[in-house]
Amino acid sequence: MKTGFAVFLAALVALGASWFGFVYGSLAQLGGQKQTVVLQSTDNWPPQRTGEATLGLQIYREYGCAACHTEQIRQTDAANEVSLLSLGDHKPQEFRDFIQSMMIVPELMPASNCIVGNLETWNGDVPVTLYSGDDSTVVSTLAAKLKSVGVKSDARVVALGADIQRGWGTRRSVAADYLYDQPVQLGNLRAGPDLTLIGVREPDVNWQLEHLYAPRSTVKNSTMPAFRALFEVRKKTGGLASSGALVLPPEFAPAGDLEVVPTAEARELAAYLVSLKANVPLYEAPFTPVTTAK
Amino acid sequence: MKSADDTKTISVDEIDSSCRVPLLALFGGAALWLVLSLALGLAAGMSFHAPDIFADCPWLSYGRAQAAANDLLLYGFVLPAGLGVMLWIFARLSRAPVALPIVPVVAANIWHVGVLIGTVAILLGHSTGYTWLEYPRPAAVLIFAAFLLLAVNAAATMGFRTDREMYPSHWFLFAALLWFAWAYSSANLFLLSGHPPRGVVQAIIGWWFANNVVFVGLALLGVGIAFYFLPKFANQPLAGSGYTLFAFLTLIFFGAWCGIPPSAPVPAWLPATSAFAAILAIIPVLAIAIVAWKTVAPAGFSMNGGPFCFIRFGTLSFVVSGFLYLAEFCPRYSRALDFTWYGVGVTQWQLLGFAGMVVCGAIYHILPLMMQKELPFPRLAKATSFLFGGGVLLYVLPLVIGGVLQGLKLRHADQAFADINAGVLMFFRISSLGQVLMLLGSLFLLLNLFVMTIQWKLGLAKAAWAAVTAPLETRAARRDTEVTP
Repeated sequence: MKTGFAVFLAALVALGASWFGFVYGSLAQLGGQKQTVVLQSTDNWPPQRTGEATLGLQIYREYGCAACHTEQIRQTDAANEVSLLSLGDHKPQEFRDFIQSMMIVPELMPASNCIVGNLETWNGDVPVTLYSGDDSTVVSTLAAKLKSVGVKSDARVVALGADIQRGWGTRRSVAADYLYDQPVQLGNLRAGPDLTLIGVREPDVNWQLEHLYAPRSTVKNSTMPAFRALFEVRKKTGGLASSGALVLPPEFAPAGDLEVVPTAEARELAAYLVSLKANVPLYEAPFTPVTTAK
Repeated sequence: MKSADDTKTISVDEIDSSCRVPLLALFGGAALWLVLSLALGLAAGMSFHAPDIFADCPWLSYGRAQAAANDLLLYGFVLPAGLGVMLWIFARLSRAPVALPIVPVVAANIWHVGVLIGTVAILLGHSTGYTWLEYPRPAAVLIFAAFLLLAVNAAATMGFRTDREMYPSHWFLFAALLWFAWAYSSANLFLLSGHPPRGVVQAIIGWWFANNVVFVGLALLGVGIAFYFLPKFANQPLAGSGYTLFAFLTLIFFGAWCGIPPSAPVPAWLPATSAFAAILAIIPVLAIAIVAWKTVAPAGFSMNGGPFCFIRFGTLSFVVSGFLYLAEFCPRYSRALDFTWYGVGVTQWQLLGFAGMVVCGAIYHILPLMMQKELPFPRLAKATSFLFGGGVLLYVLPLVIGGVLQGLKLRHADQAFADINAGVLMFFRISSLGQVLMLLGSLFLLLNLFVMTIQWKLGLAKAAWAAVTAPLETRAARRDTEVTP
């Protein structure tokens, strides 16, 4: 490195290469991304947010909520899962014996330990997971055999990982999930829980508002600061509470003839939080959604 | 070829005093921002000790105050002070006074106005929402304009050098200029323009920027400064210039590709590239450690609290925080380290423990030279080094350790989230204590700078007053002086 020009050239090439790779490369690959289709459905993903929720994203930005909350789910693995839904007319012991007898089927041999092990301490309650693993022939064979004897079973693809087990998500987050976020705020610290699925976990706007005003009124051990500045505490008109006023537990409600009314900002933020529900399967992050009541 | 007779020898004092006004403008503001940053950071942390403390005061809520504190540390303190030190080093290495000293003075003032606007904007809720790029457009434009002025000035000063050969410090510092100019302009143009890219590309640009400024950029700036001062203080030549060149090239070529976390919701080639680059980036960190060790070891390790202490501590911090930073990109470790206080601790270590310490040591060394006057409170300067050193460790170590424990627990879904959070609070309390120590240290730095500036301004005023009140030179008197030789 004798001359300034050599240093300049080296630095230019080094930084230029990484810029070309990461900035230009990702723009070329993802810059033109469009809505995708939800697996086995005609719905588009992600859905456009309501106006109020779109404004709420700006309140989320203003208060720097992303300093403590992430909006990204990690997944360690995915598995095929077969679970028993109902036994039909069979007794649990009969079923156990039936499964034992099935283990000589060559396709099921590799999974025999897993399947028998799952039933060892089983007391007859359904649903119970029979098999969980990555072998799809085991799944199809097992499902076919179960169908042939008339018990009800379910074969599903499930996403695995601590985040998902905690109920924070149903699958890993993918690039498409953030298409309508401006700005995109993934967050990098979980001083509070992940919010990817908060709209499914706590779908009630009033719960969200109450949580924002007095976090410990809804979550006992919450360490979240209260955001009282988003609310107006005012005197009840004629002793009657307004229709939008929060219904708070007495120890969190202001004393006397006062009521807590959310401002427009608070309602927008709550609308945004309720809009966070990345719970649909996509091509790049498949899983079988739980369908309720057939 | 120039002969030895042609080169005008300029005294070191002349070079140092040419830096006086620009550097006072850069350092003075920087020290003030450092105090403010540490105070805001401490206030932000209060939300974890007493959650409802700022419930009615949104501008001090954690999300705003912490972002403002981080940006003040990077844009308010480390960068302007580091650029000031760079200017002085370039002047010294060139054996020439600073080129056009009015330019960096103007630039420093524009820069500080930019930081002020940005900080107020964040506290009022006008943050852009991108980590490390929270300053809204007007502030970013001012800071970038000021940076360009400073960079051009530094490059011009470097261009005046009589010896064409570039020293290792030159490589690192010169590359740092290009690094910041490209990263800051590119990231801001993409994200704060009228039509930002849609979706997760924003986050990728943010990660690329953060890595190239907080890791590579600060490494270039801090190591460049350290490689100037370490040999000087140790009275040794910089060990192994081959090693140094190797460290420089591997740092810029491999370091630039880190930054995308393994869990990121992006196409897999991006985090995979970063993970690979992070493994390779261990090489420059090791090489820098070896060069620094070989240079410093013969001089012994006395702890006298002087600038040498600051810079040694900073260099050690670079190595340790560098390894900890690179570990975040290893998929195996990142599962436990992601989304915990670990990352926060490592970033603060890089900013305060490494860059901040190196720059602070350099300021304490340069200040008496450029003012041609001893420090007004040399004992407080010594105290600063112990307060900073102890404070940094007390601040970041609990965060790093607590973060690892938090991450290990987060991997087990049967551990309740609230309990995990409560477990980290103890570590967080200790780290707040570290912040208090550093705040005290930064006040001492500000005091030294402030008193020195006042003394110098009083001196100027006195000289001006003396000139004004001096008896007027009459024609007769001048004739007398002309006659008598």
